[in-house]
Amino acid sequence: MKQLTVLSGKGGTGKTSVAAALAHLASQSSFAGRLVLADVDVDAANLELVLRPRRVAVEEFRGGKIAVIDPVACTSWGRCEEVCRFDAVLLSGGCYRVDPLACEGCAACVYQCPSDCITMEDQVAGSYRLSESRYGPLHHAELLPAQENSGKLVTLVKQRARLQALDEDGELVLADGPPGIGCPVIAAASGADLALIVAEPTVAGIHDMRRTIETVEHFGVQAVLCINKADIYPEGTAEIERFCREKGIELVGRIPFDDAVSAAMVAGEPVTEFLPHSDAGRAIVEMWIRIVASVLEGP
Amino acid sequence: MVIAVASGKGGTGKTTVATSLALVASTQRAVRFLDCDVEAPNAALFLKPQMHGRKEVGTLLPVVQESLCTHCGRCAEVCEFHAVAVVGKKTLVFPELCHGCGSCILVCPAKAISERLDVRGVLEAGETASGIDFAQGLMKVGEAMPVPIIRELRRWNVSGRDSFEIRDSPPGASCSVVETLRGADFVLLVTEPTPFGLHDLRQVAEIVRKLNIPSGVVVNRDGIGDGGVDTYCAETGLPILLRIPIRRRLAEALARGVPLVEVAPEYTSALLGVLEFAAATAVS
Repeated sequence: MKQLTVLSGKGGTGKTSVAAALAHLASQSSFAGRLVLADVDVDAANLELVLRPRRVAVEEFRGGKIAVIDPVACTSWGRCEEVCRFDAVLLSGGCYRVDPLACEGCAACVYQCPSDCITMEDQVAGSYRLSESRYGPLHHAELLPAQENSGKLVTLVKQRARLQALDEDGELVLADGPPGIGCPVIAAASGADLALIVAEPTVAGIHDMRRTIETVEHFGVQAVLCINKADIYPEGTAEIERFCREKGIELVGRIPFDDAVSAAMVAGEPVTEFLPHSDAGRAIVEMWIRIVASVLEGP
Repeated sequence: MVIAVASGKGGTGKTTVATSLALVASTQRAVRFLDCDVEAPNAALFLKPQMHGRKEVGTLLPVVQESLCTHCGRCAEVCEFHAVAVVGKKTLVFPELCHGCGSCILVCPAKAISERLDVRGVLEAGETASGIDFAQGLMKVGEAMPVPIIRELRRWNVSGRDSFEIRDSPPGASCSVVETLRGADFVLLVTEPTPFGLHDLRQVAEIVRKLNIPSGVVVNRDGIGDGGVDTYCAETGLPILLRIPIRRRLAEALARGVPLVEVAPEYTSALLGVLEFAAATAVS
């Protein structure tokens, strides 16, 4: 079983559009029936919008705890406000209360309160979902707005996908990852056999691509790279190509800027299925062939 | 007055809008720009500040002085993040789990715990050619938590009341976005008119509602996608303040790091209108 995670650093470079197309292509290949999908961008979970799967199960996900002050027992001492390093304790109308969006869940106030009126309460942070798509099972989640994206929900989704693949003789776990380089990215990339970095030939895209590659290297994950909207800034594309040569990173695809990609998104279809003969569709097919040959079926 | 630029979905044009808004605002008032996307900061590529200041930031980690420690285990008991453990005659601290809350220090009966700064990123300050006071945070590669760096960036220097502070937010709708929006007087939500743009706009609009901050929408790459964003904004009463149509000319210039108002000065008056709207509806 292999795990391929799609990442980017900069948001909006086309991770989900690429992941959806790869899911479609994998389901048409020797991986058919042995493909497990995961959307590990729990903060902006969009793969479902393209795959339009049938929901099979939903489970509540509890994240961290937050402090709650009992307003009746509170003697307005103010010790909680003093010890809170996260500016989460507010005095309003002569009463102290905890701003749930600011609370870090450290419980420092609980142990310092002289009147013992603060408790820690579990928070529902989102939900884990299992769905059935036309290409294979999809493990995904929805983090509630403003919750801490600690990577725990990402890890849960990834592990459920891997377990299903292991249990059912799956060969490929294909995961659509989050942007950035922090906790959710580390959770999404760790344990992957391959990270496909979707880069964009813009000054911002190149800057963030470098940081993403450093991050996956830091965690010992092999990276390959594709350039999306490759024709929008030829100097940028040349710079990425040079970077790949210097770093020994395989460039597996160049996808041109193509209206077909957003048209497919609106239609709720992967571009390779909706407009297979579009420039972007053909480029992704070529890329898939290269990924399979050089990595997934490699040593 | 603080204006935060957020989006939910990545790559919708937050930095494009935030940097040009700052350039336009700087013709009128003092402007401070904070790039709060500490995982992938890009505003400096457009505003090109001359950097002159730097500060290391991170998390305050407990340091246990073994000669004073009685190994009572109280520190480990109160740590919600399991960052402290007492094993036999040794008290261990796990830096990657520590949130720097200081609770262990407060409860230690032997006063055996002090703190040291564990560096997780840097803040950089500079000034642009047009006089914008610029600052950004940069999280170290391999680090997991952006929030403490954003918090330090917000606290580093506070703008005067009659100046504009413009904050460029990270994507998503979780803790790092909340940290960026804290204390903002107005939030500008940049989206694209596609199903992905709409889905993620809903998420971040929910945060803005919870924080009770007035907001408005910029529809970028107008002309692609569908009418979902327009319908959503109409139904929820979110005003659409600016539309930037999809143009290859704009995309090519932005790719090279040219600010929107330089390649398309015709957006200057519209951006001034956005500033006026923000000032008129802001909380403070």
